[in-house]
Amino acid sequence: MTDIFTKPELDRRTLLRRAAAVGLLATPAVSMLSACVGSSDDDTQEQATGTKSADNPLGIDPKAGVEIVIFNGGLGTKYATDVDTPLFNKKWPDAKVTYSQTEEISTIIQPRINAGNPPDMINNSGSKLMDFGAIVKAGQAADLTDLFAAPSLDIAGKTVADTLVPGAVEQGSYDGKPFAVNYSYTVFGLWYNAALFKKNNWTPPTTWAEFTALCDKIKAAGITPFGFAGANASYYMVRALLTSAGKIGTEQVLKDIDNLKAGAWTNDAVKKAAEAWAGIGKNYINKTFLGLRHTEVQLQQNQDKVAFYPCGSWLENEQAKDTPSGFEYAIAPYPSVTTSDQLPATAINAAAGEIYFAAAKGKNPQGGKEYLRTMLSKEAALEFTKLTKSLTVVAGASDGVTISPGLTSANDAVTKAGKDVFMGYLFDTWYKKLDDESRAAANDLMFKDYDAAKFCDRMEKASQAVAKDSSITKFTRS
Amino acid sequence: MRHGKYPFIIGFLVVPVAIYAVFVVWAYIQAFYLSVYEWSGLGPVENFVGLGNFRKMFDDTLFWQSIKHNVFLLIFLPIITVVLALVFAFLLNVGGGQKGGVTRGVWGSKVYRIIFFFPQLLALAIVAVIFGRVFGPDKSGMINGLFPESWQPWLFLADERYAMGCILVVLVWQAVGFYVVLFSAGMGNIPTEVYEAAAIDGATRVTLFFRITIPLLWNTVQVAWVYLGIAAFDAFALVNIMTVDRGGPDGATSVLSLMIYRNAFEFSQAGYASALGVVLFFLTLTFAWVTLSATRRESVEA
Repeated sequence: MTDIFTKPELDRRTLLRRAAAVGLLATPAVSMLSACVGSSDDDTQEQATGTKSADNPLGIDPKAGVEIVIFNGGLGTKYATDVDTPLFNKKWPDAKVTYSQTEEISTIIQPRINAGNPPDMINNSGSKLMDFGAIVKAGQAADLTDLFAAPSLDIAGKTVADTLVPGAVEQGSYDGKPFAVNYSYTVFGLWYNAALFKKNNWTPPTTWAEFTALCDKIKAAGITPFGFAGANASYYMVRALLTSAGKIGTEQVLKDIDNLKAGAWTNDAVKKAAEAWAGIGKNYINKTFLGLRHTEVQLQQNQDKVAFYPCGSWLENEQAKDTPSGFEYAIAPYPSVTTSDQLPATAINAAAGEIYFAAAKGKNPQGGKEYLRTMLSKEAALEFTKLTKSLTVVAGASDGVTISPGLTSANDAVTKAGKDVFMGYLFDTWYKKLDDESRAAANDLMFKDYDAAKFCDRMEKASQAVAKDSSITKFTRS
Repeated sequence: MRHGKYPFIIGFLVVPVAIYAVFVVWAYIQAFYLSVYEWSGLGPVENFVGLGNFRKMFDDTLFWQSIKHNVFLLIFLPIITVVLALVFAFLLNVGGGQKGGVTRGVWGSKVYRIIFFFPQLLALAIVAVIFGRVFGPDKSGMINGLFPESWQPWLFLADERYAMGCILVVLVWQAVGFYVVLFSAGMGNIPTEVYEAAAIDGATRVTLFFRITIPLLWNTVQVAWVYLGIAAFDAFALVNIMTVDRGGPDGATSVLSLMIYRNAFEFSQAGYASALGVVLFFLTLTFAWVTLSATRRESVEA
């Protein structure tokens, strides 16, 4: 007879205990991954400096190496390796640039910051980007005031700040001090296929009535008029809604939201915008989009199954390999919601994005800043635009250069908007938790209950909860 | 011999104990320590809040929602998986009846056994991506693609009523193969004489299953139960990769492990995340304790 059951108790119980231990392993993961909890932030390591001069406005040590880390995502890394680093070394041949790239910035960089050994220049981007507000608060980002005050590398007679589009410095400022270069310049609006619209004699709408009338026509033609991806990109919808709110009641509405002002989300402008968009959700969206990812909906647009898609100007480059020939990306500003909108229909939301910063506690923060100054030269900016099909904050760097239909259209939209280009909002980067809430709320509004009042109340409640939470670092803008 | 014994044992133990102490015990202590601080995850840990993080948790509706989902998995994942695995294992081993004094499985059982084990070989991340497509909400989704063209597509993960059910289905699909093998091994150890005797007495297959297989396999089933219960406390990878808006729509699939991850690495609330970790620690401990004490007395001797 088999003896497997003669002493079952011992074996089974040992096994059970081990099984329990496996489960418990999940708990300490947090402290493991964020590494080195108690790392003292007071130990200052020696930082390289040189003598300031007209040729060396940031006073870098010409022989000290600079370590840079680039996020490898939609923009690729070629602009850093093939443009910026050679340009940097042209001026500073003895400064060795140590380059690395990653798809997971926080995984690589956060432990190094906590260990007091960060790289000098970091591209904080991607889905695993670090909470930049927290980095500033922890004193880990270098103050860039001297960088923006330094002369531009190749535009004579201007400081770096002078060469940038309006709002570019502000976008990277925390409580009035600049800590980040937001390098790429993104134009937001309704993207459509200009060729398809031409063929059907459709013109992009400027008023809400035109918008819904056109949506009816598009629907009749068997095309989904409007769509966004609920599974992972509902923040595109949040931006559309809040841009409309901004056009109804000026950018002040969005500033109040950023400043967590009580009543900011229940403001009349936000309510009207939410009502208008809820109507679009109710009548013109495809319900299955709630379960789709951004690339899936974007692909459907490339196949002319979706007419309007709210997005930023990175869209064209992101879809480059799936866009059939004959498809012409073009952008339209969001149509006016009411006849009494305070901003004109041409007003557009364009913002600097893609954070690059110099680490305050690295070996060579001035070198990191000098690398940023190189990136902000006109030459580097033009090459960046050519390589990535993305505009930069360096004003007019790509004027007169034809690169792609979508980029030309975006450039035109900004020109037409003139002084009515507005930066939008920052709460999504300042308060990730609120950003998260807005995504879920936008999905509910557009796919489920079309209830504008509920949307506003829910966001108001979440915003006030953040305002009252002492563990969250607050920022303000004016 | 005596002299060499201790250095020998210590030599074996020192590395694993050191690794365990640094990467498990020390990390635990840190998690407990951090749970009483408001710490962003960057910079020095200084803002002591006592039980503040736990109070915040008490008011956090998402936390209660997540607990509810973990409990849902804790109840259904073990039951469904164990029942399915038992039935399959029985069919594969005994279900074919007897021939020449040997009990055997249904026809083709060797092939089935391999097929059942396949899901276990796939990384969970890949399983999540595959099932993301299986549950696709439009006609490009596998299941919706099988439905007639005129049907409204079923939203699956995009419908908060079914989303958690979809997660459960995937977890069961992935786990069943392993437990079929585990139970098969257990059944292999049940003496054939018992089955023969029962068969001579005229027992049907159903009687064999309930009166012989299950009681003699009870110990293994209990082990499976604990393992599956612990898996139910995790489910992180599936929820993170598969679901709408990660843990959505609107928190409909959020689980504790996902909350910990997002608070620690996305919301810069490492202190709160540690407090959630501490709660998960006690939940797992309680579950293990309850299961252990509930199963202490029973033991069937063969």
